[in-house]
Order: sequence, then C-alpha cells, then structure tokens
Amino acid sequence: MKILGSEITPYRTYLNRRKFIKGSLASAMLATVTSSAFANHDSDLSIYTKNLNENDKLNSYEEITTYNNFYEFGTHKKHPHLNSGNFKPRPWTIKIDGLVKKPQTFDLEKILSNVTIEDRVYRLRCVEAWSMVIPWQGFQLSELIKMAEPLSSAKYVQFVTVFRPEEMPGQQKRTIIWPYREGLRMDEAMNPLTILATGLYGHEMPNQNGAPIRLVVPWKYGFKSIKSIVEIRFLDTQPETSWETLAPWEYGFYANVNPNVNHPRWSQGTERRIGEFKRRETLMFNGYEKEVAHLYRDLDLTKFY
Amino acid sequence: MFSTRNFNRSKPVLFILILFPSLVWAYQFVTGNLGVNPIEKLMDELGLMALRLIIITLMITTLSNIKPLKSIVVLRRMIGLFAFYYVCLHFSTYIVLDHFLDMKFIIQDIIKRPFITFGFISFLFLIPLASTSTNNMIKRLGFKLWKKIHYLIYPVAILASMHFYVLVRADKTEPVIYMGIIILLLLHRIFKRLTRPQLAQ
Repeated sequence: MKILGSEITPYRTYLNRRKFIKGSLASAMLATVTSSAFANHDSDLSIYTKNLNENDKLNSYEEITTYNNFYEFGTHKKHPHLNSGNFKPRPWTIKIDGLVKKPQTFDLEKILSNVTIEDRVYRLRCVEAWSMVIPWQGFQLSELIKMAEPLSSAKYVQFVTVFRPEEMPGQQKRTIIWPYREGLRMDEAMNPLTILATGLYGHEMPNQNGAPIRLVVPWKYGFKSIKSIVEIRFLDTQPETSWETLAPWEYGFYANVNPNVNHPRWSQGTERRIGEFKRRETLMFNGYEKEVAHLYRDLDLTKFY
Repeated sequence: MFSTRNFNRSKPVLFILILFPSLVWAYQFVTGNLGVNPIEKLMDELGLMALRLIIITLMITTLSNIKPLKSIVVLRRMIGLFAFYYVCLHFSTYIVLDHFLDMKFIIQDIIKRPFITFGFISFLFLIPLASTSTNNMIKRLGFKLWKKIHYLIYPVAILASMHFYVLVRADKTEPVIYMGIIILLLLHRIFKRLTRPQLAQ
C-alpha cells in the first residue's frame, strides 16, 4: 500500500491548497501554455511519483479522463468524456440502509468533514485487459462504515449508482439493468486498501470518472469500483451485482484480478498498460497480493472468480 | 440507366476513397493521434471497415438485380479485394502490434476463444476468394467452379459479423444491425433462387 503520511490532510484544506497551487500555476502558465487544457493537473507530480512502484509510471490526466468504461454515459470509451457534461454531482447525498443501527441519509459534505482525504496511487486493471496507474484522493471505506454503524449480522455491503437518465444518456438504453449495483464482502470493504475516492490528480472527481464519489478496490477488476454512489446497503447475504447478473459465466461476484483464471472470451494473463506499446504480465491480485491474499485463503478462485 | 462505363469510370475515385482511411489511421498511429489506446483503436477501425466492405460486396450483387443498376457488379471485385486488404491489416495488427509475434499465445488465443476463432476462419476463407479474383483464374477454373468457390463469401460474412457480435460486451446494437443486413441479403438470394423459373430440365 502506498500512502504518504505527509499527504494526509483534511478535505477542505486539501482542496484549498490545491486551488492555491492551481491558481498560482495557472497564472504562471497563461503566458506560456495555451494548448494543453490538462497541463495544470500534472504540473506537480512529485507527490505522486514518490508513491509509485518502480515498474509503474503515472498515467496522464488526459488518459485517465478520456478513456473510461462508464456505461451510464455510453458504451464507447470516449463516451463518458463526451457525454457527461450535463451531469450535476452537487448537491449529493448517500443513503445508508439495510442492517444498520439507524438507516439515514448523509450529505456528502457531512461525510467529507468527518474523514481524512489522502493520496493513493493505485493500479487499475480493467477486465478487458488494459490497465492504468491513477493518483486518487479519497478516504478509507472503513471510515464511512464506522459512521454507518452496521449490525453484527451485516456480512456484505452493496453499492448503488445514481439513476438519472436525463443527465446520463447511456441510461436511456437498457444495455445493463439500471441502476448499476456492486458489492463487497464485509472484510473486503473494511480492508485498508479499499477507498471511496473523491478526486484524482488533486482535482475534484471528474464526471466521467464517477463524480462526486466512487469506490476504488485496486485488487479487483475495474467494474467492481462502482461510480457515483448514492446508496450503500448492509446485508447478510451476497448481493446481486450488475455484471454478474448480466453474464454470470463471465463475471463473478469476486472479480479478483487473476492471471490464471481467464475470461471465457479472452486471456487475463497479460494486459496493455495504457501508454505502453508491449503488453505486460498481469499480477496476481493486481500486485496487491501481500495486502489481500489472506482474505481468500479458503476460497477456490477458479470457482469464485 | 448506368452503363458499365459509368461504373468503370468511378473506379479510380472509389479506389482512393476506400484506401484513404487506412492511410489516415496509419498516419495517426505513427504520429500518436489515435487516442489513448491506439492499438485497440487501430484494430477496431480496420476490422469494422473490413466487415462493412464485405457487406457492401453482398449488397452489390443484390443491387445488380435492379435493371438500371445491373452493371454495378463491375465494382464488386475491387471492393472485395479491399475487404481482404483491410482484413489483412486487421489481422497483422493483432499479431504484430497487439501480441508482438508471441505465436504460442496467438495460437492458443485462436483455438480457445470463439470470437478469435470466428475471425480467423473468416480470414482463411477470404484467401481463396482473393487469390482467384483475376479474369485469368475465372478462365482457368471455369465459371462454375469459380462461382462455387466464391460462395465462401457467405460463411465469411456470417463469421465476421459473429466475430464482432461476440466481442462486444453489452450494447450489441451495431453488430446486430450488421447481422440483420447480412441475413436479409441472404434471404433475398434464397427467395430469388426458389422463385426462379426452372430452365432446362
């Protein structure tokens, strides 16, 4: 796990400092740079590169925000970037229900004032065999779970994406059953690697990446990391998840990155890192084996893929 | 009424029009303007172009049944060969750029994954079509045998559209449209054959 202690900052301070950095840089750059709209987001890379594994390189802000799977905005990779302009991520609330002491709805602002925003640089491995390295800002999901006060009978957590067909044109078509749903086992949800991300590259979460708040579970295929979350349910049975419902023979509930278990239509042994020419070997649990392998000691990963 | 000469005259223009996209994509690929995942993009564009051209060759045969468009059939060979050209580029992108000539992996991929199997068989069936496309070959084989060989275009079209259909993860609209067009064109041929007046018994 890569976190920088010095980067653990309350959310407000974090954004304010970012704004200051961006502001001063922007004025400095106006004179010189006119072409690259993204330049100000990768101008201060040092804080992230310190968090990198030696074999990894950060993907650019442009790569991360123009190549997305977010079917709510369309099924092509460029659609989320092109079609998400009308989406309004504020104000935002998250409904907490199911097996909790008291079902309630939190304002996102309220959640954010109670957590610590940190930098997390994670590899993201898509089930389609491509990957990126992304500098997220967010907080551990476990912090929100503590606020939600689940009952001891809660064994699973389910997440639901917002349903707003008028702002999300992809939802006007029934490509998958809306709203998008995902789930985790309680111990996976409580794992320190699992975060709710609210930003990337020090920028508030772009719409196409799951504004204003999304899950990031770096050892699982990208589709587990559900975007634009409006509801979190605590359950005692394994919840239905969108891709598993659509094609259970192809996508399982666990969806752990595993080079030894192939997707029926393509190999998971290698991946293309966006920005690189040659494919690389896919790592077990996306390289987070040390942190998460213990969660699956008693599980047959070829059956529970 | 369009004459054979009209269609023949349009050939150079068509040639450039159909060749042009491949040059643009090659240029964009080399200069790094093909998006964030250029290899995937290149492969998708080339494959889609090939499939569309295959469907167009089938359409040309159907259109040539309409009297004023009878001579359109003179364009079919060129478009068919261009389909083969795009399939070759598509396939070599997969082998060279996507998998870096890792033959062990590629052979496994072709055998184990239905969508790659469909695409590969489709490619194999196109080879005899392309290599018997000259007038000389028609003469040498005799029109009857030549025609029989060229019925391979039907499995080629069906397999190519299935290759596309299986590849898509959720929104199957586009591949379904292509499959629908192919089925309509085939049904038209069957219908024509059934209603054709029996000639010499």
